[in-house]
Amino acid sequence: MENLEELLIKGDKRAIARTITYAENYEDKAKEIIKKLYERSGNAYIVGITGPPGVGKSTLTDKLIKNLVDVGKKIGVIAVDPTSPFTGGSILGDRIRMQDLSQHPNVYIRSMGTRGHLGGLSKGTYMAARILDIAGMDYIFIETVGVGQSEIDIVKIADTVVMVLAPGLGDDVQAIKAGIMEIGDIFVVNKCDKEGADKTVVELNMMLDLDEKKDWRPPVVKVAAQENKGIDELIDKIDDHKSYLIESGTFQERRIERLKMEIIESIKNKLMKNIFDKIQEKEFSSRLQQVIDKKIDPYTFADELYKDVFN
Amino acid sequence: MERPIRVLVAKPGLDGHDRGAKVIARALRDAGMEVIYTGLRQTPEQIVEAAIQEDVDVVALSILSGAHNTLFPKITKLLKERGADDILVIGGGVIPEEDIPFLKENGIAEIFTPGTPTSAAIEYIKQHVNRAV
Amino acid sequence: MIDKKKLEEIKNKKEEWEVNQRQKVVSKFPERKKEFKTSSGIEIKEIYTPYDISDIDYLEKIGFPGEYPYTRGVQPTMYRGKFWTMRQYAGFGTAEESNKRFKYLLSQGQTGLSVAFDLPTQIGYDSDHPMAEGEVGKVGVAIDSLYDMEILFDGIPLDKVSTSMTINAPAAILLAMYIAVAEKQGVSPDKLNGTIQNDILKEYVARGTYIFPTGPSMRLITNIFEYCSKYVPKWNTISISGYHIREAGATAVQEIAFTLANGIAYVEAAIKAGLDVDEFAPRLSFFFNAHNDLFEEVAKFRAARRMWAKIMKERFNAKDPRSMMMRFHTQTAGSALTAQQPDNNIIRVTIQALAAVLGGTQSLHTNSRDEALALPTEDSVRIALRTQQIIAYESGVCETPDPLAGSYYVEKLTDEIEKRAFEYIKKIDELGGAARAIDLGYIQKEIQESAYRYQKEIESGERVIVGLNKFQIEEEPPKGLLKVNPAVEELQKQKIAKVKEMRNNASVKKTLEALKKAAEGDDNLMPWILDAVREYATLGEITDVLRSIFGEYQQQIIL
Ligand SMILES: Nc1nc2c(ncn2[C@@H]2O[C@H](COP(=O)(O)OP(=O)(O)O)[C@@H](O)[C@H]2O)c(=O)[nH]1
Ligand SMILES: [Mg+2]
Repeated sequence: MENLEELLIKGDKRAIARTITYAENYEDKAKEIIKKLYERSGNAYIVGITGPPGVGKSTLTDKLIKNLVDVGKKIGVIAVDPTSPFTGGSILGDRIRMQDLSQHPNVYIRSMGTRGHLGGLSKGTYMAARILDIAGMDYIFIETVGVGQSEIDIVKIADTVVMVLAPGLGDDVQAIKAGIMEIGDIFVVNKCDKEGADKTVVELNMMLDLDEKKDWRPPVVKVAAQENKGIDELIDKIDDHKSYLIESGTFQERRIERLKMEIIESIKNKLMKNIFDKIQEKEFSSRLQQVIDKKIDPYTFADELYKDVFN
Repeated sequence: MERPIRVLVAKPGLDGHDRGAKVIARALRDAGMEVIYTGLRQTPEQIVEAAIQEDVDVVALSILSGAHNTLFPKITKLLKERGADDILVIGGGVIPEEDIPFLKENGIAEIFTPGTPTSAAIEYIKQHVNRAV
Repeated sequence: MIDKKKLEEIKNKKEEWEVNQRQKVVSKFPERKKEFKTSSGIEIKEIYTPYDISDIDYLEKIGFPGEYPYTRGVQPTMYRGKFWTMRQYAGFGTAEESNKRFKYLLSQGQTGLSVAFDLPTQIGYDSDHPMAEGEVGKVGVAIDSLYDMEILFDGIPLDKVSTSMTINAPAAILLAMYIAVAEKQGVSPDKLNGTIQNDILKEYVARGTYIFPTGPSMRLITNIFEYCSKYVPKWNTISISGYHIREAGATAVQEIAFTLANGIAYVEAAIKAGLDVDEFAPRLSFFFNAHNDLFEEVAKFRAARRMWAKIMKERFNAKDPRSMMMRFHTQTAGSALTAQQPDNNIIRVTIQALAAVLGGTQSLHTNSRDEALALPTEDSVRIALRTQQIIAYESGVCETPDPLAGSYYVEKLTDEIEKRAFEYIKKIDELGGAARAIDLGYIQKEIQESAYRYQKEIESGERVIVGLNKFQIEEEPPKGLLKVNPAVEELQKQKIAKVKEMRNNASVKKTLEALKKAAEGDDNLMPWILDAVREYATLGEITDVLRSIFGEYQQQIIL
């Protein structure tokens, strides 16, 4: 695309889309762009929306977008779904719930597969967020599936993490509490139109009260996303949390933390790619045959390869 | 490293028969592609918007209502207007043979009629994606 | 039943046969496949004997036609009395064209009409709605207001015909229009005969023409039950449909399991709304699919009848035998037709129709050979009808009720299908009923798994479809397929504009506002809808009012 950078700054949807594709696949190309436009970033507020599958994260995000575009905000959404480790393929279905607004000029929605990336984010999420930031978004929502401690990278990228639960998870709240209590800055009990919501709210509050040390006590918000109920309150709570972060100085801390992660992430990616490329250069596949034929054991082989690569 | 092919599987029109769309979505996933599925009753505008924002390589349309001659060309036309006519657009469903030339003239690269194995669609996509993978 | 000693003897003989006969042959000539299975995946044994059905109590589980548990049929004489109703579904383009077709059919001695509506009508959009573009009149007739309905039934005495309408989400509105047309003909509602499909739950899982969320949809349905039991007593208020569930990829077992689970949900909703079970249950009817696996299909129909009787009697304490009788319409499987070598479809349809008849259907639609390609031509519609007539008049299968009863295989299969279907129903009950299971995506997921498995079996060649993945030929593309006149859309738009000009718009507004109020409360909505319909409020206007209160259903997609 010609003048990709110019278009990107203007928030052109095709330009954003293409740059994110670069971030996912051809990092170097994306870097070239980000390097030039980095100064423009830093204005977007990043909200992580996480929780178990089916609790209504996408529906909730849809309603958040609606309420925010109504007051003139620009919104970017990154919706991450797991990639099958067996086939490398994935079906990304979050968009289904965000159809109405995807055509709004101030809304951009992108689905991403985790593509083997651990921690619940996809490869390229950091960059994608940076790109949306450059494109002038006021808010960036990142939806990830999170059921346990293995998918908590969302906290490293978001300013505010909204942990979404729903009634009917029953005892699961107990089961997953270890994984979730630390993560949420705000808790949402969605599907409050259904039975059992109050019980979930009470349980959550009890658990949250156990942890008295924190100076930010995560609020629990009752929402019925499908009926657009409780969304305004949730937005208020997000604002409250933002104010808290700024006043307490945590905001800056978190952002620095994120920058560190972004840098480390980039180094990791580069290293990994380098190692892979180099290993291939060292005739990995052909030498592997020796291990298969038991002429050499895997660990000796690994040590040798390591030496070859790093000398 | 090879990147996965991204495909938008979309159902324009009002018919609710999504058996075919879902089967093809799963088959594409199992063939290692990233499939964005958007559900029933999509307008051409919604489909094009999704295709652009998701920066897909392929739009796969499934329709059984008989409205393909109206809706398919509208989709390719809108893609063109947005400068996204490098996206490969293919279609499937109950589409009479005699409509196929018209659809091809209007930018639908290939039509898969009932009974086509999913493997044929997969192969076709792999052969014909316009952008470097 | 055979005595114990005899059974023991049969069992021993069978084992001898297995060793002395079968194994010997198999060791030299292996069987065609390692495993034999029905299309639902039920294992089929090397042989069936009285031993296999020794635990099936004849009087309790099989019985006599016309008697509980109705395994052998709902009437004592079945087709010795009269054949099933041969009912071919039709409808296309404008009301004017369909009216002509109806009159022709009636002049040929047909007494039942069957109306197909176009998709915008089924989803509550007027023909001038942007979503309707390209769809008007395509898969059925376009109805926008009472005006179209008057044209559709012009000159057709509604007290003399029975009309079946394939309409679900806006069923209340179309029924109201039908009643209003009757009023204008001077026919009171209690004289009206017919059926509305009115089965929203299967729309959510399989057919996709839903509008409102589950709760309000169930309310509309029970409103219809209640209204009809008072004012339109001869009307079949629902046709609980497994047909589309099967078309979406379900197995035979899943078809009846999910359909009966939906049936249970409707009965529960009506009882909860304060209706007496025997007041509405006799008016419930069913609609099933007939597939190629002949014996499994016959067993499926028999099992479904037996299950429904048991459910109504034991679960809902119905007293009226008519509440326990499962009456059903059958259509042959559209999804089993191939676009390749379309004439082969005639043979498929014959087998499927035979299954429906051997399974004791009350009415039957046979698909035309070219339906996998487009709307059927007149020639192929005639062959489809002739297929039914040949089965009826020439095959001899109608001469005694339930002729396959007592087949060791069919009885065993009937039992097995019943068992497996009840397991599904149990699971759905545990999830909180059909509506909840649908909200959770459970039923959709089960259907999809079957659909995907089926497709993979075809592609691997494990499942042979003649002409499709075996015995293919080079073919010329078919010609002379029927097309809908594209001018229909414009015509309908003009009619709407005309109606909106001629009606009393102030009254329309008043009735729509009244409907809105009623929808916000708990009233039965039928009278309010009727008022709006009489004033020529359009289908889209009425649906929009309800949408504004009820919201819209969000499709549950699990892939
Ligand atoms: N009853 C109810 N259902 C909801 C609500 N919000 C979402 N849902 C439904 O829950 C299902 C899953 O929603 P989705 O947003 O896809 O969940 P996600 O997997 O967490 O992103 C969908 O069928 C939604 O329609 C709500 O507030 N009430
Ligand atoms: Mg989601």
